[in-house]
Amino acid sequence: MTQTTEAPAAAATKQSPVLSMRGITKRFGAVQALTDIDLDVYEGEVVALVGDNGAGKSTLVKVMAGVHPQDEGTITFDGREVHIGSPAESRDLGIATVFQDLALCDNLDVVANLFLGHEKTTAGTLDEVGMEKESWELLRQLSAKIPSVRIAVASLSGGQRQTVAIARSLLGDPKVVILDEPTAALGVAQTAEVLNLVERLRDRGHGVVLISHNMADVQAVADRVVVLRLGRNNGVFQIADTSYEDIIAAITGATDNAVTKRAAAKLTVEVETLEEAPVADDAAPTAEGDASTQGENR
Amino acid sequence: MTTTPTQEVTTSSVAADLQDERLLQAHGVGGRFRAELARIRTGDLGSLPVAVGLIVIWIVFQSLNSNFLSPNNLVNLLLQSAAVGTISVGIVLVLLLGEIDLSVGSVSGVAAAILAVGFVNKGWPLGLAILLAILAGTVIGLFYGVLYTRFGVPSFVITLAGLLGFLGLQLWVLGKEGSINIDFNSWIVRFCQQMFVSPAVSYGIVVVVALVYAGAALQRRRQRGAAGLSTASIAEIVVRAALLAVVLGVVVWYLNSGEGRQQGRGVGYMVVLFVAIVVVMNLVLRRSRWGRSVYAVGGNVEAARRAGISVNRVYVTVFALCSTFAAVGGVLAAGRLASANQASGGADTNLNAIAAAVIGGTSLFGGRGSAYSALLGILVIQSIASGLALLSLDSSVRYMITGAVLLIAVIIDSISRRSRQSAGRA
Repeated sequence: MTQTTEAPAAAATKQSPVLSMRGITKRFGAVQALTDIDLDVYEGEVVALVGDNGAGKSTLVKVMAGVHPQDEGTITFDGREVHIGSPAESRDLGIATVFQDLALCDNLDVVANLFLGHEKTTAGTLDEVGMEKESWELLRQLSAKIPSVRIAVASLSGGQRQTVAIARSLLGDPKVVILDEPTAALGVAQTAEVLNLVERLRDRGHGVVLISHNMADVQAVADRVVVLRLGRNNGVFQIADTSYEDIIAAITGATDNAVTKRAAAKLTVEVETLEEAPVADDAAPTAEGDASTQGENR
Repeated sequence: MTTTPTQEVTTSSVAADLQDERLLQAHGVGGRFRAELARIRTGDLGSLPVAVGLIVIWIVFQSLNSNFLSPNNLVNLLLQSAAVGTISVGIVLVLLLGEIDLSVGSVSGVAAAILAVGFVNKGWPLGLAILLAILAGTVIGLFYGVLYTRFGVPSFVITLAGLLGFLGLQLWVLGKEGSINIDFNSWIVRFCQQMFVSPAVSYGIVVVVALVYAGAALQRRRQRGAAGLSTASIAEIVVRAALLAVVLGVVVWYLNSGEGRQQGRGVGYMVVLFVAIVVVMNLVLRRSRWGRSVYAVGGNVEAARRAGISVNRVYVTVFALCSTFAAVGGVLAAGRLASANQASGGADTNLNAIAAAVIGGTSLFGGRGSAYSALLGILVIQSIASGLALLSLDSSVRYMITGAVLLIAVIIDSISRRSRQSAGRA
């Protein structure tokens, strides 16, 4: 289910992280949104950033993207300490952020959207030919399925739009790509396409930060999982040797939580009903109970 | 496809942009035609409704009065279109951002007043008076832009205030007399009334335009070929350039063929200026980074902002350009009337300029349209005005008909927007 060979290897060789955040703290008025957060991103690995609503994922992304600079803490990028004060600074460093709402211009074609704000020009006029050529090269590298780069973005499917947004983030050849809920609004096939894309980003050597609520997606592509809870670090897991329950426990803050309770309740109900049944076979209910728990987990 | 560059061999014989099998491809002239038809059916109407409307209007008026399509009448119609048409080019720009400028009439009146007072009363050199009149427009537009970006007041309200305020300024500049005549022998009046392109020069312009068009298309074809992208066939380019030359040539020949030609009447220089402004603005919108950012802001402000476009700069420059074009239109109108008075830029100037842009096919919702809509739209409005004048119907009927045409144009805009959305072409 998961290909997790690269990241543990990268971590094992103690290669220095491309992006390293230490002790990040962010307050909004009386609200302590982030407290002493640490996060490392290595080249060629996918780090999933998970947590419940209000855990501070988006705030941390905004710190990395330069939207809200942190109040305290240090950010080290490529071995030197940096201050990310604006989205432009973040981009110039080599951090590309794809926000959840994509922010594409529906009335412009794919080429125009890819190069928006960074158009290539020759002698003061737009170099449409050069941009179109580069668009095709980029989209082909990502094995993206876009029928034409000269059609308005409005006529693309959700997955294709996500592809365009991600491809756009790659134009400056960033070291780190941050994807905020890239599969949130997508169908099954489109989700698979985007997950393939995430793996291709990793294979190209980008560090990828993936924010997601979908544990199936996280387990499918992430190498490491960083869990935030109530604005604090609540565990870092190598996906290879971590169970679903451990991550859920870290997200919700205990092994005794709504998700496990639900699973357990279902189990006991089934056991009880079977026990009340006149024919008692001790082996059968346990097996059935296990199966249903696992089904719940998926 | 005969001159295959090296890159193309490495990929495949199919051009890079045509490899996806899901792409509906148009082969040959027939395929091209069917693709255009499909585009129109899904609501991407472009200038089609206005072109059809213009032809219908012409047929109706010609059948009611055989003088309507006479060369002399068309020469006058074009001259009458130029001033308001120039104002309308600025309206197209603000509409592309999804904004509006209701004060263009007043601003054009201010420019006319400054020109007349400066040139006639104060005795400034004509060039200086024109320059200051146009600069006044630029300053007003910058003022709007700053108000809009700094305080976030809707442009509708800012320019509504401007409509009143600058009407007052116009009256104040004109002073007690209220009406100032400009000397008939001054350059500006001759330029707007009596200067016509000689037949030889007008045909020369047609040939040059067609050659430049063909040259640009061939250059583009060469570049795309070198980049391994699909190219237009040489035949298509030649046919298009020839078609352009023939259409322009016939128009120029017809305008030159009237009995007015003996008095030197034909294609006015003011008309050439107006058309040149339209063509240049279209190129700037389509081929410059600034033009691209105008469409981007009109399509999705937030996306443009996140892409690093200086959104405020786009707003300020567009408002400034709009008022500048309004001032240029005011100067041309003053030259055409040979006077500036309290009614300059008043009455229906404002609404005609806005209506022309919308009738021409520029969407009120932002992000869609082209500079050519100012040209097409003003031709529709002036055709109605001219046709009704020939039928000796008064302005009451003209207002009602122009209003109805504007309403139809807005309804077409809204319907085609809806059908574009359902067909994924929004």
